[in-house]
Parts: sequence; structure tokens; C-alpha cells
Amino acid sequence: MLEIGVARKLGPLDLRIDLSLNREAVLVAGPNGAGKSTLLRILLGVVSPDAGRITLDQRVLFDAEKGIDVATEERELGYLPQDYALFPHLDVMGNVTFGLARLKRVERLRRAGEWLERLGVAQFARRFPAELSGGERQRVALARSLARNPRALLLDEPFASLDPVARRELRASLRGWLREWRLPALIVSHDPADAVLADRIAVVERGRIVQQGTIDQLRGTAVSSFVAGFTDESG
Amino acid sequence: MKRLAASSWHAAQLAGSALLGLFLLIPIVALVATLSWDDFLGGLRNPLLVPALRLSLVTTASSLALVVVLGSLLAWRVARNPGRVSRWLEAVAQLPAVIPPAVAGVGLLLAFGRRGLLGAWLDRHGIALAFTTPAVVLAEAFVSAPFFVQAAIAAFRHLDENLLVVSRTLGASPFRTFVRVGLPLAAPGLVAGAAMSWARAVGEFGATLLFAGNLTGRTQTMPLAVYTAMESDLRAAQALSLILVAIAFALLFVLRRVGPGVALPGTEARRA
Repeated sequence: MLEIGVARKLGPLDLRIDLSLNREAVLVAGPNGAGKSTLLRILLGVVSPDAGRITLDQRVLFDAEKGIDVATEERELGYLPQDYALFPHLDVMGNVTFGLARLKRVERLRRAGEWLERLGVAQFARRFPAELSGGERQRVALARSLARNPRALLLDEPFASLDPVARRELRASLRGWLREWRLPALIVSHDPADAVLADRIAVVERGRIVQQGTIDQLRGTAVSSFVAGFTDESG
Repeated sequence: MKRLAASSWHAAQLAGSALLGLFLLIPIVALVATLSWDDFLGGLRNPLLVPALRLSLVTTASSLALVVVLGSLLAWRVARNPGRVSRWLEAVAQLPAVIPPAVAGVGLLLAFGRRGLLGAWLDRHGIALAFTTPAVVLAEAFVSAPFFVQAAIAAFRHLDENLLVVSRTLGASPFRTFVRVGLPLAAPGLVAGAAMSWARAVGEFGATLLFAGNLTGRTQTMPLAVYTAMESDLRAAQALSLILVAIAFALLFVLRRVGPGVALPGTEARRA
């Protein structure tokens, strides 16, 4: 379980977020500048909150009062940025084994191969990221994150860099995988079509969660024009 | 009217390019064209050559190692942690590029000379730097550091921050991220910076002369050997100069091959 209760002032943004994720996928939606990216950066440990607490499976990742701020590499989070951030100087296998440095070589290759297989990209193991399509890159990036058995998954605009056909295809696949893995997954998106990925939607505006619930609960009870527009377009 | 203005502008560009190109090329052509093969071979037998060349290679390799290791750390700090301290560090690292080399030599002497700011303390501990081979290394490192540091800062600033964050989420410490992601991705810029820095160190003259002197085998590098040879034998100076020109051309060739535009494995250029 991922429990977030943080506050952070950053320029004009006054972010105050309280959000709990069980083994479910929560879509954080909101207009540009609402604080979605800052929230992600706080969870990743790149930005420190001014106040608050973050716990993951009862382990404290951040606690302002107790002065706890666990380093990014020890947070056990899987992160999929918008452009997938595959290391361009490493091939697919090199990318996936990057996070498995503590394992012995044989085990490292076995684990990486297993995840590449599960995500249907094992045939590209020796290719470099520049030689893959957007969809293939996303699968490799997911395999890379999941091979480390993260305790939670953070996805930033997971389909923004894909063409519409790949987007539809991968959205369906990702939806299936998220159901299968049952990890706390926080998906940041401003695309209403991504609502199908999530068990719950949390809408952030001007640094606050203004409304949350399932897409059906939001529909008809919209508290803002953004929520109304988002639910209308989510189909 | 417009067409005339355009053609005049075109002509001005051509004339300017030709003039500057010729001006830059003629001294190098003169170095080659006015020396016979026999004179060149004779110059190569000059007793100054071997010790100076060896000393230049050893000292510039040492100063380059010093500049690359410390410069990479400074550049990473400046590029990845913007703020007041970083701005100061960057400005300090640029200083030697705008200070005349002779002034740098005087400064080094006043800092590390026997009665210098730090030199007096070093002297009490039995370390004398001025007019020694290590002084040559320090002089070369001082004048060449900005070339590497600037290139390294630019290369590190160009890195996609997401790659570094992802590396950390994959369990890599900040140091491992620097080594496994930062350095390889910035490598083309770092190599170009190192080459420029090395070229500056090889050509270093003023600071070395003032801080390290001109002692054959100990502090006399190639440019100082050229200067010394000029006093007695122009042909020998010319032959030594040609060796420096050959080094410069080799470097230019490497730079053009491994410049910042170099493609990473698997990118378009590799497949092309």
C-alpha cells in the first residue's frame, strides 16, 4: 500500500496531496501545471516535500518530522517516464539487466529474459533502443522496471509518445498487465482515454485533489469544468 | 536593388572566408614549404627533440589525467546542481582561459614558488615545485583545464534528466549513475573537450617558461624547445614545429571523427 500525505511549495504551485493506493491503479489527471509531475518527482525522491509523510507497504520513504528521506535507489519504485528513458548506449538486454546488478550474471540474464518474454519483446534483446518502435520501447521499459520486483509502479503519460494505433493496442495490454500484477500503480495522464487503465481517478487542480472516484462516480458529479470535460471524453 | 544587395552580401562572405582561410593556412604552408626533406631529417636529429618530445608527452598526459578526473567531478557538480556555488565554480574554472599565460605563470610562481602563498608551506615540508617537472604539469593543467571543464559541463547539461532518475530507480547509486549513464552518454563531448584541453597543454609556453623554466630534459617541453632552437638553428626549430603541427592535425582528425555529433550505438548514424 502506498500512502501519500505531502505538501510542497514550488514557485506559484502550492501542492498538498493526500492519496492512498492499495493494490490498485490510480490515474492522477489534471490540467498542465496542476502539480502532477511534481507529485511524481516527490514520490521518486527527486524533490523533497516541505512537510508530510510517504509510506510504501508500511515502510517510511519520507517523513519530514522525523527527518527521513529515503534515497531514490532504495525506494523500490518502478518508474516509466513519458519517453521511457531507455539507456541509448545499452542494448535491450543491457537496459533490463541494468537494475539487476546485485544478482549473479546467470540469474540476471535469466530474470531479464523472462520479463522480456512476458512482455513480448524477447526477440529484440540485442537491439538498441533507437532500433525499436515506440510500443516496443515501452514494453522494454516496463520489463526493465518490473524485473526488479518494485513495490509500486509510477507511470508518467505512458502513451503520450505513441501513435494512435500503438496507443490503443498498448493501452489494452497495459490494462491487462496492471490487473495481473496488482501493484499499487500511479498513472499520471491528461488523456481521458487512459481512464480505462485505472480502478480510480484522482483529479488534481492547482495542487489539490479536487475529486476522486471511479470514472462512473465522477461522471455526473463533476466539481469542475476539467473533471466534466475529462469524464465526457473518457468515453 | 535587392538582388544587387544579395549578390554583394554573397561576395563579401566569399571574400571574407577566402581572406581568413588563407591567413590561417599560409603560416602552416610556409612551415612545410620552406623546409627541404634533408633539413627536416637534420632537424629531427637535433638533441633537443627527443627529451622535449618525451617530456611533452609525459607532462601533457599527466596534466590531462588531472584535468579529466577533477574536471569531470567539477563539471558534474556544476551541471547537475545548479545554484550559486555552481555558478561560482563555473566562473572560477573559466578564469584561466581569459588570463594571459605569462600572468598565469607569475601567479603560479607566487602561489607555489618557494616563497609563495602555498609554496612556503610546501617548502617547509620538503616539497619544492617551481622549476621542476611537476611544475610543468601544473602549468599545463592550469591553462588547459577550462577547455575540458566547459565541454564537460555542456555535455553533462545535455543529458536527459529522466535517464538519470530512471537509473536511480533501478537501484544505481548517484556514483554508479555517473559512471554507467552520465559518463558514457556524455563521452563524445568529454572526448572532444579532452582533445581540446590536451592541444592547449601541448602548446603551452608562457606559464611553463615562467613557473617551470626551460631546462632540457626537466622542464623544456616542445614549444620551449622550438623557442630555444630558434636562437641557434631555424631549420631545427622548423622541424620541431612540424612535429607539433602533425600532432595538431592528428588531433583535429580525431576531433572530427569523435566530435559531439558522434552517434551512439544503434542510432541513425550507426545504421546508415
